[in-house]
Amino acid sequence: MAMTMTQKILARHAGLDKVVPGQLIEASLDLVLGNDITTPPALDVFAATGVQKVFDKEKVVIVPDHFTPNKDIQSAEQAKKIRLFSRAQGLVNYYEQGEMEMGIEHVVLPENGLVAPGDVIIGADSHTCTYGALGAFATGVGSTDMACGMATGTAWFRVPSAIRFELVGKPSRWVTGKDVILYIIGKIGVDGALYKSMEFTGPGVAELSMEERLTMANMAIEAGGKNGIFPVDEKTLAYLEKYAPKRLTAGNFRITRADDDAEYEETHTIDLSKVPLILSFPHLPSNAKALGTFPEIAIDQVVIGSCTNGRISDMRVARSILKGRKVAKGVRCIVIPGSQKVYLQCVREGIAEDLVEAGAVFSAPTCGPCLGGHMGILASGERCVSTTNRNFVGRMGHVKSEVYLAGVPVAAASAVAGHIAGPDEIGAEGEA
Amino acid sequence: MKATGKVFKYGDNVDTDVIIPARYLNLSEASQLAKYCMIDLDPTFVQRVAPGDIMVAGTNFGCGSSREHAPMAIKAAGISCVIAPTFARIFYRNAINMGLPILECAEAAAAVADGDTVEVDFETGAIVDRTTGKTFQALPFPPFIRKIMEADGLVGYIRSKGAGSHG
Ligand code: SF4
Repeated sequence: MAMTMTQKILARHAGLDKVVPGQLIEASLDLVLGNDITTPPALDVFAATGVQKVFDKEKVVIVPDHFTPNKDIQSAEQAKKIRLFSRAQGLVNYYEQGEMEMGIEHVVLPENGLVAPGDVIIGADSHTCTYGALGAFATGVGSTDMACGMATGTAWFRVPSAIRFELVGKPSRWVTGKDVILYIIGKIGVDGALYKSMEFTGPGVAELSMEERLTMANMAIEAGGKNGIFPVDEKTLAYLEKYAPKRLTAGNFRITRADDDAEYEETHTIDLSKVPLILSFPHLPSNAKALGTFPEIAIDQVVIGSCTNGRISDMRVARSILKGRKVAKGVRCIVIPGSQKVYLQCVREGIAEDLVEAGAVFSAPTCGPCLGGHMGILASGERCVSTTNRNFVGRMGHVKSEVYLAGVPVAAASAVAGHIAGPDEIGAEGEA
Repeated sequence: MKATGKVFKYGDNVDTDVIIPARYLNLSEASQLAKYCMIDLDPTFVQRVAPGDIMVAGTNFGCGSSREHAPMAIKAAGISCVIAPTFARIFYRNAINMGLPILECAEAAAAVADGDTVEVDFETGAIVDRTTGKTFQALPFPPFIRKIMEADGLVGYIRSKGAGSHG
């Protein structure tokens, strides 16, 4: 039977010629990831397995990013627990605050060259699906899976069926991959891809930058997807050349194409030229509405950052809109680069200066407000436009606060306008 | 194995942020987490729940974050089993891996009411609503997953396979 990209990658890692949807397999892992929230419970489980050493100290990655630099004593104790474990195990890819490899897990793994096409990756974090942008199979799991993955280098999977998204056309000005994925989630719903792969194909893929693809794959989970995956093209290879040169030269990766006659449960054709600027209203990512189709909504806060939109291209777009303007009186605009490298680049390019002059808070990398951790928690009744990926009840603070998900252009323009707005409304020309 | 308990009923898309909000994730002990279970959706749940009680919900239960703290908190709060038409996939894995019984059954999820007394047989997937007398049949687990459940979760399973030998 013909296979999808995901099915082929899984089959290869299970040592099988073919797999079919629904089949339960045990696959070998190229990377096992955890963070400061999910790793502590995993360590108790790891101890219970009776295994002394992780299966490969280069392939277990632990990133303390959620509550760090630590916000309180309890979170500091958790961070200490994983720091000591990482040291004792001699983990090569444990990063401490301030190190150049440090940042939000899903920003730093691709940046540090740890992800390549054809890999199978599990992470005790639901947005592990981000790495599908590079043509890898990557999926979020829980702490027990992480622990058993660390112990054995394997994990069980139910082989998913797939939904194909055939991308055509070219996005209009200011429309980004974020709008495209919010648009898709609005169309299929928060469980529209439950247990399934979301495979993005078609000529429109070439119109999306690698950073936009990372943003889109990141949010596959918000449609319930097991993974999101993109085919490998020149842009992927150029990205690898820059960030994972060792694996590229060693040929230590595998480009996987779906069979021509692979079966998909559904195919959706998405004309990128017709995707509008989108906001996902509270309290589900699927409550997508096009900008301009609702009355004016005043806001209290803007957050630009996270594993969805905390990359350098996002920072550049934020600058292009905020430079020479001012954040509206009464609005807090919090910009958080996704990694130390992005942070440094912002300093070098003068982005930090322009943002601070515009009246934004410019923070060191952390997940922070994205999950209601710290650095921008909302009070009751407050509204925030955020480039993050979830707007569930209480996600960024009080259960009576509201989060509107958007791309960077809308978030930055809203900060200036003081209400939800697009870049055109504030006369931004930018560098788009 | 069977369980009988009072039903706590919730809607569609119950996400892990309301099951256990991130502000409590600086805790990782099950008994601590249980104190805040469902707090943002049903603040009195923890006071009302008794050991053996059953959670019944709508589609896509447990969506959102991968935090295993969510099934941990539910289990430690005393819930014996969760019944829903569909579960978010990470929650599904986590529940199986830690041995929290979950049953997929759209009919029961629709018909059973909050406060009903329900009896569940995990082996056969039979669900009886003692309050109304109605019976339902949940999807049985595939054999591989049953093996994990029988080993009391994934750790027991890999131990039974002797995975420790290369360590
Ligand atoms: S930035 Fe937000 S979504 Fe991404 S890993 Fe951190 S908390 Fe999770």
